[in-house]
Amino acid sequence: MANYLLIDFGSTFTKLCAINTEAEDLIETASDFTTVDSDISIGYYKALNKLFKKIGNKLEFDQVIACSSAAGGLKMAAIGLVEELTVEAAKRVCLGAGAKADLIFSHHITKREAKKITEKNIDIVLLAGGANGGNKECSIFNAEMLGKAGIKIPVIFAGNKEAQDEIEEIYEKYDMDGHICENVMPKINILNIESARDKIREIFLKKIIEAKGIKQIESDIDQVILPTPNAVLEAAKLLSEGYLTEKGLGDLVVLDIGGATTDMYSICNTTKRSDVLINGLEEPFAKRTVEGDLGMRYSAPGIIKSLSKEEVEFINLEKQVDIEREVCNRYTNVKCLPKNAHDEFIDQFLAEICAYRAMHRHCGRIQEVFTPMGVVYNQTGKDLSNIEYVIGTGGVVINSKNQDKILMRTTNILHNKAELRPLRPKFLIDKKYIMASMGLLSQREPLLALKILKKYIQKIKVK
Amino acid sequence: MKTIVIGVIGADVHAVGNKIIEYTLTNADYNVINIGVLSSQEDFINAAIETAADLILVSSLYGHGEIDCRGMREKCIESGIGDIFLYVGGNIVVGKQDFQQVLDTFYNMGFNRVYPPGTPIDNALADIREDLGE
Repeated sequence: MANYLLIDFGSTFTKLCAINTEAEDLIETASDFTTVDSDISIGYYKALNKLFKKIGNKLEFDQVIACSSAAGGLKMAAIGLVEELTVEAAKRVCLGAGAKADLIFSHHITKREAKKITEKNIDIVLLAGGANGGNKECSIFNAEMLGKAGIKIPVIFAGNKEAQDEIEEIYEKYDMDGHICENVMPKINILNIESARDKIREIFLKKIIEAKGIKQIESDIDQVILPTPNAVLEAAKLLSEGYLTEKGLGDLVVLDIGGATTDMYSICNTTKRSDVLINGLEEPFAKRTVEGDLGMRYSAPGIIKSLSKEEVEFINLEKQVDIEREVCNRYTNVKCLPKNAHDEFIDQFLAEICAYRAMHRHCGRIQEVFTPMGVVYNQTGKDLSNIEYVIGTGGVVINSKNQDKILMRTTNILHNKAELRPLRPKFLIDKKYIMASMGLLSQREPLLALKILKKYIQKIKVK
Repeated sequence: MKTIVIGVIGADVHAVGNKIIEYTLTNADYNVINIGVLSSQEDFINAAIETAADLILVSSLYGHGEIDCRGMREKCIESGIGDIFLYVGGNIVVGKQDFQQVLDTFYNMGFNRVYPPGTPIDNALADIREDLGE
C-alpha cells in the first residue's frame, strides 16, 4: 500500500498527516512544537513518534512532502509605482504566493528604504512599476537603488516589459541575484499573478528553504514544495472548484486564525450582479489577505491596538477582565494553551475580534451613487454576499467550544450595508486541521485530496 | 506611439461618447487607456503615471464638470506629471452660460483645451495631433 506523510512546519506547531492512498483515507494526524531555533528535526521526530503511537505501529512512507511557514514564513518586499495600481498588484502577488508583504514601497525608493530590506531580513524582493509600454524610468531607478544598496537576496522584476533589458544590465552590473518575469499589471487595472507567483515558488524551493533551517532534515523528507499559506489557498481552490468527476462546494471563504497572523481566503468572482460598476484594480478569483497585526499569540497586542482606548475600557468593564494584561501574557508566552474556562473565554473573545477585523479588511465595499440617471452602485473589492460556505481553521477555531460564534463574526452582524460580507453562509470546520496538508497532496493527487477534504471538513450547527 | 488616458469624470455614467472617443483615437494610432465611467481625478492621474501618458482627455456630460475638474492640474503637479496635456469636453456646465466665461474658468484651472457641447471628436483630434506633434 502507498502511504503519504504530509508535514506542515508552522510558526508554532509542526503538524503531520498520514494518508493511505489505497483506502483513499486519512490514517492519523499528530503535532508538536516547531523547533526551528535549535534543530527543526527535534520537533519533527517528536510529532512523528506521537503519530506512530496513535497508529499503534511504525509505518513506511512512500512519499514525504512538506510545506513551511516556520521562521517567520516567507518575507517579501513589494515595490511598485502608484499605490493603488502596481504597488497593490505586487502586494497581491506576494500574498497569493503565500508570502507576507513585510515592506511595501511606492514611487522612487530611497537609500533609507533600500536599507530596510536588509534590516528586516526580507527573503525576496518583487519589483514592479508601469503598465507595458508605460513608465519604465521608475523601476529602472529602483533596480539601480537596490544594486547600489548591495542587495544580494533574489530580486524579481515584474514591471513594464520595456524595462527588462535595462534591468538585466543592472543585475549584471551589481552582480545581483536577479530574475525577470511577466508584468503584474500589463494594462491599467488588469492583474497578472501567475508568472510572478510561479517565480516566487521556484525561488522558495531553491533557496529560501535552506535559509529557514529546513534543509537540515532534507535527508528525511523528499521535498518541501510550498509555503504553507499557498498550500491552504490551493486546498481552498480545489474544494471550491472540484476536480474531474468530484464536485466542489462552490464559492467559499476560509478563515485561518493563527498565532502570528489571521489569514482570509475567498474563492469567488468579483461580483454576480450585472447592475454594479466595478472600480479599481482587478480582483483575483482566489484571493488571500493576511493580517500581520491580528493573531492569538505573537500578534495579540495588535488586536488591542486595533481598538480605541474607550473600546478597551468598555470591554474590561463589560467582560470583567483586564484585557491588556491577558494579551501581554499571551505575547510573552506564545506556547501557552488555555488551562481553564477563563483562558478559553479570553481566547474565544480575541478570536472573534480577529475574525471580524480580518473580514472587514478582506471584503469589498459598495456605494450608492446618485447621478442624474438615477442611483448607480459602485463596487470596489470582492462581493462575498452570496458565499455558500465559511470554513474555519487554525488551532483556536478548531479547539473552540463556540466555533459558530467565531465564524459568525465574518458575516454582517452589524448590518453595515456598505460592506459586502457573506450574508447567509453555512459554517464548516477543518476539525482535523488538514487544509494545508491537503493543499500539498493536491499537487500530486488532486482527486484524493478533494475526497479527503470533503470527508473531514464538516458542517457545524449554529447554536 | 503616444499614450492618451480617457474617461468620464465624477458621478457620471454616460458611456456612449466615451466609446466613440476610444474608437476614434485608437484608429488614429494612439495608445488609448480608457478608464471608463465614474472615474475620479486620482484614477485619471494614476493611470497616466503608470502608462507614462502624454495627455489626459476628461469627459463630463452631466453638468458638474467644473466641480469635478477643480484642482486637477495641481494634483498632476504634485504627482510629478505637471506638464501633461489636460483636455476637457462634453456638457461641462449646466444652463445657458456664456461659453467664453466657461473657457476662461477651465483655462484658469490649468486645462489646455476646452470644448463646448456638440464638438465632434475630429476637431479635438486635430488639436491632439498639433499638441503631441504627430
